[in-house]
Amino acid sequence: MNNENQTLIFEITKPGRIGYNLEPLDVPNFDLEELIPSNLVRQEAAELPEVSELDIMRHYTALSRRNHGVDSGFYPLGSCTMKYNPKINETVARFSGFANIHPLQDESTVQGAMELLYDLQTSLQEITGMDEVTLQPAAGAHGEWTALMMIRAFHEANGEGHRNKVIVPDSAHGTNPASATVAGFETITIKSGEDGLVDLEDLRRVVGPDTAALMLTNPNTLGLFEENIIEMANIVHGVGGKVYYDGANLNAVMSKARPGDMGFDCVHLNLHKTFTGPHGGGGPGSGPVGVKADLIPFLPKPVLVKKEDGTYHFDYNRPQSIGRVKPYYGNFGINVRAYTYIRTMGPDGLKAVTEYAVLNANYMMRRLEEHYDLPYNRHCKHEFVLSGRRQKKLGVRTLDIAKRLLDFGYHPPTVYFPLNVEEGIMIEPTETESKETLDAFCDAMIQIAQETIDNSALVQEAPHTTVVNRLDETRAARTPVLRYKKQEQVTVS
Amino acid sequence: MKHRYLPMTEQDKQEMLDRVGVATIDELFADIPEKVRFQGNYNIKPAKSEAALMKELLQLAGKNKDTASNVSFLGAGVYNHYKPVIVDHVISRSEFYTAYTPYQPEISQGELQAIFEFQTMIAELTGMDIANSSMYDGGTALAEAGMLAAGHTRRKKLLVSGAVHPEYKDVVTMYAYGQSIDVVTIPTKDGVTDVEALKGLIDEQTAGVIVQYPNFFGQIENLQPLADITHEAKGLFIVSANPLALGVLTPPGKLGADITVGDAQPFGISEAFGGPHCGYFAVTTKLMRKVPGRLVGETVDQDGRRGYVLTLQAREQHIRRDKATSNICSNQALLALASSVAMTALGKQGMQEMAKQNIVKTRYAKNAFEAAGFEVVYKGAHFNEIVVNTKHNVTQLNKALIEKGIIGGFDLGRVYPELENHALIAVTEIRTKEEIDALVAEMGAYNE
Ligand SMILES: Cc1ncc(COP(=O)(O)O)c(C=O)c1O
Repeated sequence: MNNENQTLIFEITKPGRIGYNLEPLDVPNFDLEELIPSNLVRQEAAELPEVSELDIMRHYTALSRRNHGVDSGFYPLGSCTMKYNPKINETVARFSGFANIHPLQDESTVQGAMELLYDLQTSLQEITGMDEVTLQPAAGAHGEWTALMMIRAFHEANGEGHRNKVIVPDSAHGTNPASATVAGFETITIKSGEDGLVDLEDLRRVVGPDTAALMLTNPNTLGLFEENIIEMANIVHGVGGKVYYDGANLNAVMSKARPGDMGFDCVHLNLHKTFTGPHGGGGPGSGPVGVKADLIPFLPKPVLVKKEDGTYHFDYNRPQSIGRVKPYYGNFGINVRAYTYIRTMGPDGLKAVTEYAVLNANYMMRRLEEHYDLPYNRHCKHEFVLSGRRQKKLGVRTLDIAKRLLDFGYHPPTVYFPLNVEEGIMIEPTETESKETLDAFCDAMIQIAQETIDNSALVQEAPHTTVVNRLDETRAARTPVLRYKKQEQVTVS
Repeated sequence: MKHRYLPMTEQDKQEMLDRVGVATIDELFADIPEKVRFQGNYNIKPAKSEAALMKELLQLAGKNKDTASNVSFLGAGVYNHYKPVIVDHVISRSEFYTAYTPYQPEISQGELQAIFEFQTMIAELTGMDIANSSMYDGGTALAEAGMLAAGHTRRKKLLVSGAVHPEYKDVVTMYAYGQSIDVVTIPTKDGVTDVEALKGLIDEQTAGVIVQYPNFFGQIENLQPLADITHEAKGLFIVSANPLALGVLTPPGKLGADITVGDAQPFGISEAFGGPHCGYFAVTTKLMRKVPGRLVGETVDQDGRRGYVLTLQAREQHIRRDKATSNICSNQALLALASSVAMTALGKQGMQEMAKQNIVKTRYAKNAFEAAGFEVVYKGAHFNEIVVNTKHNVTQLNKALIEKGIIGGFDLGRVYPELENHALIAVTEIRTKEEIDALVAEMGAYNE
């Protein structure tokens, strides 16, 4: 363990050192003042590092060793589907014919890329049971907003622009209500019932002529399948609203149930979850949106189509389209990875993925239920949520349990989410983990439960083995330091 | 079934089923109503072996004409630049790329510090006080900047220069529609934002003025007068800037920008058919608490060691839900890392040298076109793009050029009817004199 401050790249800078190699200029040189008005010529160079190539590699290697990824160890972060990121995906995305093509090239020169996207689009249509898919949104939240804008355009086209309410269960991810706001809607929150499912009575109470849509995650963020889904869809459709599927949890139902068959009108997927786009330390993602026929006219422009002669084309002639949600055509590199994954798994593989994702979660839930409270005791899907309220009575918070897990080399589960579980611990193992890994993690959780009884300080003061221990978040927020400043600059100011 | 990504053996499965207390996995799906249960298998292509799939996809990639084996003069927001080889080595370290958002700072110090360094470098380049950890891309970053301005000023109109990237402007317009904000285009004159027109359009309903630097036509806008007019009307001045150009141009932060956004794609990020790239978002301190997305801040641990955490989270969707400053959750962290590595490799000196090479080589191209009898329209200072009257339909011309291994410039006629037969030609530091001469010669020799 390292007790020193990890150096910032700016702190190992030495004037005159370089880490780049540009071709010498082969055309006549000019002074910038000859080409640019003098007030627009930068006077003080940006304070960027001055380091050698080895300095850079050592720096980032040191940083990488202070970071935990799926390849480092188990990462059961609920709602995030931290499954193995296949290496073939990385290789394929770096093929020059995919990595080095420009989005505005003539279509005839990028037919291979368009073919891949088209095949991905149609595969996702089949997987979701939707009539058409757009690959443009950059992430889940972006897909939510895209779909809500389409719903808005749909209502407006029907002379029902007054529909301004979007219904969101209290267990929903924070992006759902946030996306509703960005799309210009007002959010109505409905409660979950005793059984962790949407309370149908509450839903009936809030729907009405002003309902634009219901946003639903199924299975919900408790990992429970909304059994009344058909009735819920009927209730919302009955008042003229649309039903939206947050597909972040698709890993739980692939080949078992399709949003399009469950009565949903549109869906977004997180290709960086179910379809193995690596999370990248927080991104990039890709958030395709699938829709039923009556929403197709409103899809964002351009729409990728296959022409009769077998060539692919970006169609801009979409008079009812909501417009453009992103420059160019989405996060292509992530779409390539997702496509490679789907082709690697095939239909049987994707079914097995879901089956093991669900079996693994149920197995862990049953191993842990004696040791932690399980507020909703029924078969879960791909994830489940424990409550640390029993431990809280002993003075140990869920946050402490999460920190103690770090000492065992695990990334902790998602904690304090969903909001309708007190001291929530949300565990999503995924299908790519072995039984040995699941058992070892459960053993650690059980040991920690015992520690909260025998030696609660050990848990309360965790972690004990990480490069830093608990960080002062209050200080970070109260006196924000969001960038490095050269020492002498600090003393001057 | 056996699969290399699925480790459970039949014995594991049996033991687990026993523990769960069910006889088959199917029982775990009994809560899905019979009526909507999917029967059978997806009708998608069957699985392929690793080697066969690699071969197939390599062939598919081979159908594309790439910018590595052809000579590209296509820019319009996405550029073919020198990419230090180490970038890929760093972002291929799976401790970075297989991690998620650094929610647990004790085991995410690497990512957090890398973002802190990214925020610092972007703030340095733009001359702004602070920068966030990334946005999806330059276009959505610009749209969010517009939304911030509307929220901050409680006004409902955005003025967008006609010299802003047309696809960025489309995205701004879409976000604005969601928020019932009007978007009005400021006309251009000689390829730059028309100052007199701005004066006529701006009023007490104007939340912000949006310009691009260098603008879509490659021209370097004179920002200060535009900023002054905006501030007189108490709007926010928003600049969409190519961060590479800021290696040699006066940063927007010194010319009155309240918000500077853009895309860090020029720094070590592949063109990749338009994404993933890396939006950045930088502001003055006074707007710090209105910034969308994640921010990393410095702090100390219980033993006084320096460390980094996600901070000021009370702006974000997971805390504020429908009251959040934005809905963004996943961002472009890995691309921010890539661009940090490239910015670090270029460093203080290389950033200036590379930016300057873009200007000088573009000037060479301009002279070469003019010498060959082409009109290069717009006479202002340029960065790495110029507008050339090709005298022919540009899309048709480009079809001829690709036969010679050249990817031609963007067909401006696709967007601006008045610029039919005009190409936006990008010349970056990696284009050689020989390649530029060849482009001019091929375009000169072209006959429909
Ligand atoms: C249930 C759910 N919905 C939506 C999202 C938002 O997805 P993204 O982070 O890609 O914007 C997430 C991701 O964390 C999620 O778990």
